[in-house]
Amino acid sequence: MAEHTSSDEVRKLADLMRLRFDDTELDRVVRTLDDVLGRLAVLADLDLDDVEPTIHLNDLQNVWRSDEIGPTLTNEEALAAAPAAEAGQFSVPTILGETP
Amino acid sequence: MSAAGRRARDLAAAVRAGETSAESVLRDHLDHIDAHEADIRAFTTLATRSAREQAAEIDRAVADGAELGPLAGVPVSLKDNIVTEGIETTAASAILRGWIPPYDATVARRIRDAGAILVGKANLDEFAMGSSTESSVHGPTRNPVDTDRIPGGSSGGSAAAVAADFTPLSVGTDTGGSVRQPASHCGIVGVKPTYGRVSRHGLIALGSSLEQAGAMGADLADTALLHDVMVGPDPADATTLPDRPEPVSAHLDDGVAGMRIGLVTELLGDEIDPAITARVRAAAEALAAAGAEITEVSIPSVHHALAAYRVLVNAEASSNLARYDGVRHGLRVDADTTDEMMLATRTAGFGLGVKERLLLGTHALSADHFDTHYDRARRLRTLLIRELATAFADVETLLAPTAPQVARRLGEVPDADIAWFNDHCTVPANLAGIPALSLPFGTADGLPVGVQVMAAARGEIPMFRTAAVLEATAPTRTDRAVHGPGGDLP
Repeated sequence: MAEHTSSDEVRKLADLMRLRFDDTELDRVVRTLDDVLGRLAVLADLDLDDVEPTIHLNDLQNVWRSDEIGPTLTNEEALAAAPAAEAGQFSVPTILGETP
Repeated sequence: MSAAGRRARDLAAAVRAGETSAESVLRDHLDHIDAHEADIRAFTTLATRSAREQAAEIDRAVADGAELGPLAGVPVSLKDNIVTEGIETTAASAILRGWIPPYDATVARRIRDAGAILVGKANLDEFAMGSSTESSVHGPTRNPVDTDRIPGGSSGGSAAAVAADFTPLSVGTDTGGSVRQPASHCGIVGVKPTYGRVSRHGLIALGSSLEQAGAMGADLADTALLHDVMVGPDPADATTLPDRPEPVSAHLDDGVAGMRIGLVTELLGDEIDPAITARVRAAAEALAAAGAEITEVSIPSVHHALAAYRVLVNAEASSNLARYDGVRHGLRVDADTTDEMMLATRTAGFGLGVKERLLLGTHALSADHFDTHYDRARRLRTLLIRELATAFADVETLLAPTAPQVARRLGEVPDADIAWFNDHCTVPANLAGIPALSLPFGTADGLPVGVQVMAAARGEIPMFRTAAVLEATAPTRTDRAVHGPGGDLP
């Protein structure tokens, strides 16, 4: 029995990630997540309230550059690997009317 | 004599001097690959035709007396998560199979500009998520030292290509040890540079705040040569460091006399095979004999680094891999609506191990768990950086194992604890953004053991100096089941 997660929670996460699992996979995934989440529990016990989170490693300021057009892909090059393209644009199936 | 098995620097010198041609060097390597690739499977794609064109170009430049780059005529391979213009790039995933990128990663461009010949793309774990190269959609790569064993990973194809003498140099990527651990398993040198030292433009991103592309070579001088070509600022990656560093190649003979070097107490514990710990202690003795002062250094947060790393890498991956949605490139599974199409595409295109990591990352970033996981991991990262800064105020470099175990057998399922601790020694450098390298230093049970050298951020020179002293005293190279006919070593 999973202690740190559940089939329902995994199904919800899968939904957010646009993934679907069959029942056999779901069993394995729940067990894997449960094992890892158990090992991560140690983080909750550490006294870190007075430590600032690291957002970025290098002390970088905003990087500015002049607004000049450099080498860039043509429309054809950008679309060359698209599974479907139409009228110079990426093409997808129906969006309107679908249930979220 | 075949060129396969010779060092990159010797090949480049011979090509530049006109003693041999880039075409002949390439032919020898392609013949060697042809004879042994079926036993190793280091490559996802061989770019034979474009490689021949590049070699012919180099030979024309030699004939014209043109200025040639430091890697003139040297065959190289690139891990297949580094995009290459006109050459299929898959990240070892079904979701990208068949993708021909329209541009070169900055590292790919720099290496080509230095005169190197891109022979092929090297195998990896799917999206660089793993440490055995078994999860590749192209099938596993085998270790040239012992073909029943894994090469490590995720840059296992790169490590195997170098160890088998298919290409004297290769570029891998290291997010949590993915250059250093396979280098250790295959008995070669592998570098994880300071964060920002090498451009990430054109890397297929896994953990953007953690990873760097890194040089891999049969020995330190070859690896340094490639490293020096890769580094430097890049307008296409705003996280690159603004300065152009001094070449490490010029410092390999500087020695370690008077240098203070620390052994990391927390990386010599029960998680490590005692035979490997013994090799690290032998390395410390070798450095002491060369005039270094060895001390033990404690970095307590190392004990929790793996937990913080798992949270951060998967959180970043879940965001980075959102782009594979069947719209712009790669696989599309047709469906009636866009939402169904994306779901079907991602479900069919990603392997189960990748999906598990994406779920973990989504879990860590979800509102319910953000404070207990993602935020805590970022704070632990700060603590680790502080402790390392304190250590580097006292010592110039740190010494540790690279991997807790030697290469396991292919297909063997490791115990859950052993699997968890696999990245124990390597993730601290990624979390802190400091440089680290793995150098072969003898064997355990007949298999290669890498010793890891770390330094403070931008400390590549003391790191290479330390490693050079170790290399000079290291036991001779491990016998390999597959190796080039032209090498002067077994």
